[in-house]
Amino acid sequence: MTEMVYGSMPGRVAEPVLPRWWGTIDKWSMTAILVLFAIGLLLGLAASVPLAERNGLDPFHYVQRQAFFGGVAMAAMVAVSMMSPDMVRRLGVVGFLFSFFALALLPIFGTDFGKGAVRWFSLGFASVQPSEFLKPGFIILTAWLMAAAQDLNGPPGKLISFGIAVTVVGFLAMQPDFGQAMLVLFGWGVVYFVAGAPMVLIGIILGLAGVGGFAAYNMSEHFARRINGFLASDIDPRSQLGYATNAIQEGGFFGVGVGEGQVKWTLPDAHTDFIIAVAAEEYGLVLVLVIIALYAAITVRSLYRLTRERDPFTRLAGTGLACIFGVQAMINMGVAVRLLPAKGMTLPFVSYGGSSVIAAGITVGMLLALTRSRPQGHMGDIFRGRK
Amino acid sequence: MIRTPLRPLARILHARATGANPDAIERENLRQRHEVIRDRARGRAQLRLLFLCMCFFSAFTVVGARMGMLAASEPMEPRTAGTGVNIAQGRADIVDRNGRVLATNMLTHALYVQTKDLIDPARVARELAAIFPELDAATLERRFTDGRSFLWVRKVMSPEQMQLVHEIGDPGLLFGPREMRLYPNGQLAAHVLGGASFGAEGVDRAEVIGTAGIEKALDARLRDPAQAGEPLELSLDLTVQATIEEVLATGVRQYEAKGGAVILMDVHTGEIAALASYPAFDPNDRPNPLADPNAEPGDSPLFNRAVQGVYELGSTFKIFAAAQAMELGLVTPDTPINTQSLSVGKKRFSEFDNHNYGPTKTVAEVIELSSNIGTGHIALMIGGERQKPFLKSLGLLDASPVELVEAPGARPLVPKKWPDVVTVTASFGHGMSSSPLNLAAAYATLANGGTKVTPTLLHRAAPMAGPRVVSQQVAADAVMMLRRVVTDGTASMAKMDEYAIAGKTGTADKPKRGGGYYDDKVVNTFASVFPAEAPKYVLIVTLDEPVDRTGPEVRRTAGWTSVPVAAEIVRRTAPLLGLRPAIAPQPLDGLTAVKQ
Repeated sequence: MTEMVYGSMPGRVAEPVLPRWWGTIDKWSMTAILVLFAIGLLLGLAASVPLAERNGLDPFHYVQRQAFFGGVAMAAMVAVSMMSPDMVRRLGVVGFLFSFFALALLPIFGTDFGKGAVRWFSLGFASVQPSEFLKPGFIILTAWLMAAAQDLNGPPGKLISFGIAVTVVGFLAMQPDFGQAMLVLFGWGVVYFVAGAPMVLIGIILGLAGVGGFAAYNMSEHFARRINGFLASDIDPRSQLGYATNAIQEGGFFGVGVGEGQVKWTLPDAHTDFIIAVAAEEYGLVLVLVIIALYAAITVRSLYRLTRERDPFTRLAGTGLACIFGVQAMINMGVAVRLLPAKGMTLPFVSYGGSSVIAAGITVGMLLALTRSRPQGHMGDIFRGRK
Repeated sequence: MIRTPLRPLARILHARATGANPDAIERENLRQRHEVIRDRARGRAQLRLLFLCMCFFSAFTVVGARMGMLAASEPMEPRTAGTGVNIAQGRADIVDRNGRVLATNMLTHALYVQTKDLIDPARVARELAAIFPELDAATLERRFTDGRSFLWVRKVMSPEQMQLVHEIGDPGLLFGPREMRLYPNGQLAAHVLGGASFGAEGVDRAEVIGTAGIEKALDARLRDPAQAGEPLELSLDLTVQATIEEVLATGVRQYEAKGGAVILMDVHTGEIAALASYPAFDPNDRPNPLADPNAEPGDSPLFNRAVQGVYELGSTFKIFAAAQAMELGLVTPDTPINTQSLSVGKKRFSEFDNHNYGPTKTVAEVIELSSNIGTGHIALMIGGERQKPFLKSLGLLDASPVELVEAPGARPLVPKKWPDVVTVTASFGHGMSSSPLNLAAAYATLANGGTKVTPTLLHRAAPMAGPRVVSQQVAADAVMMLRRVVTDGTASMAKMDEYAIAGKTGTADKPKRGGGYYDDKVVNTFASVFPAEAPKYVLIVTLDEPVDRTGPEVRRTAGWTSVPVAAEIVRRTAPLLGLRPAIAPQPLDGLTAVKQ
């Protein structure tokens, strides 16, 4: 009656944001990320105490900081994951521009904190590592360019993105930060691979790498020694790797017990690069396998969801983000078990580090946004008689 | 390939005719093409994404499996007590020329203590002292409990001792495996081998370093990991060395000498087949050097008389004066030489025991009779400015280059100035000192036809061609003269039917520490080469303070002491060296050789 008299209420016709978000998000991956973050805090309780003691701070100082940054990261993740792919693209491109600018300014305004590589801006209360934020932005930009390049009359996106990749790698290598440089190059390669790199080119590149590696091994004594040293079964037990290996062995299947670990007192990077060794020593193989399973689940599940994605940009961007996330975790753990040569790389969400955890939050936030369930035009295919 | 145009003319014309927008046709075609492209790209991307999924899954599985393997393996023993990890192992063996082992390595264990793990330090100290008599229980217990965490107890142990330590059963007692140097022949060739001890020591290994002799001189070669598998082959012949050491020890005892030295060397290659010094020591348990700084170094068994002993070698030098005079064309073996009297300035020289050999003797007779005056006259004919370079070219004025760490320190004592008096005394081996090894090298030069020889302890295949010092003829004449010393002169006790020895005796008074000479202390040397007809070996026998009391009078000349020792050595070692005796041995009584 009221409506008949006054007409209907001029209500806003929009879909409710939160229910739609909850209905379409990849809840398994998000849960895995939250669990990883919780494990990170738990390990921080063990691993960062010696550092705090060395610096004369409250024993759980770094845990509190990590909890704060982690909270920010989780908020960023949720916020970003609510965006549409278009919004993610805008955020990524703008983020890339800002972080690239910051990266370029590093040689002028950056500090090295006495570690020999200028990677940080010191803000007094905290420090920012622009390269952490650069990675997701770079992937988004690359995916955009590659997707656009697939269109007829599209821009030469592959070439442009390759140029950008080389520039970024150059800046990173200048710091020097070869780990991040390799990661950026890897991200570009993966996106190009999924975007349809010709098999011939891939074959040539693999062949060249193989031949080059073989030649370097035979020609250069230094290179051969490095490789032999890595392949040799015995290692110096007083190197970082030796302590890490020993910690994993000490831990066994169920660990030596909470707070009983020794490796955190000897390893300077126990709270960052070698946190998996702390986990292995105190909680044993069980927790390590859980952590590995969580990373594997996030990566593989995201990639699998992307196989059904129709939009080229979403597919490519999601692939790149999932891959750099997974590969970073894999390299970190591979180094600790001596599957890979030593390379400083943090374990996303688990390692201590403000920039690292917030950037990881943004990365997985974008990933979650891109892997949300969307209508994929199956009906249209059916009507058109396609598979 | 047939290209399908985006704007097909027929449809465009038709659209124009009907008034429709022809651009719509192009857009529609473009859209359809994009759909085809995207479908193809999606199909490819799907495969590649699945491939990536598999890659990541297997990579994470590998990391997990590796974690599992590591977690399942045993942790290494913490090495906080280790002093170094880069300790080379596997010192090369030392063998003789026939490959028989002179020095090798043996696995043994060191005993150390982690005091934190000791359950009952007092009991452990007590029981260790019972096993190892040199340890003191009270001291051990004090060291176990004074706060240190780590303590070496023994560097090496026998397996029996190790078992006893095991039976103490305390977890703080730990064994560190290591290789130790073993000289299976005991005292044999002790002065050549020297000895070895531990250098850098770690819990699980220890470095063996040479401390003396060839072990120290060639330490780098023996420790070189690249050559650890190939043993160091010496020129020594173990059997000959053993025989010579036995004969030398008997000789030293028989002639009541303080000590002695023997060198047997190949005259062509310079290879030392045997080098003995008496008294010897056991390199497995090397004695400490003498503590008393005033003691004579020769009193220590560690002293290598053949290399370190720098003695006035007496009349053995006379042959060098004769050889040089012949080389310069001043004399021939038959040139008569004044043996009546010799004075240089106010110094009058006389013969041994004031013999009188008559007014003149030939050069050969001067050597045969060992005339000081005759040799002095020959030396004065040569002159000091020519004599000194000649002695130097024979290697008598320099430290021996042999591969022993003691060799460079044993420099010959040579007068700085070289007036005529020194020329005369040097010609019969007084007033200057050199080592028996240098003398051996100089005699080898005369015996091999006149080329210089560098003595070596390493096995050499080919003869070395050193620079020529004297002509072949002079060398042959010199050996002939030396042979006459044995057949008709002072070394008649070296005359035997089986082998022809050629040599020269030398008896020198020992110098007193403060100056002057002892009346009753001599160094007797017999320098010889054999077989005389075609010399292959040079043999030097030196006895320190020998005396022969077998006859009616006490005799201290080399002819009565060193010469019989040398003769016995030749008699016993020449067959071992592959030299045929000149006559067939007598058949044993009651046995007749059966010939068909």
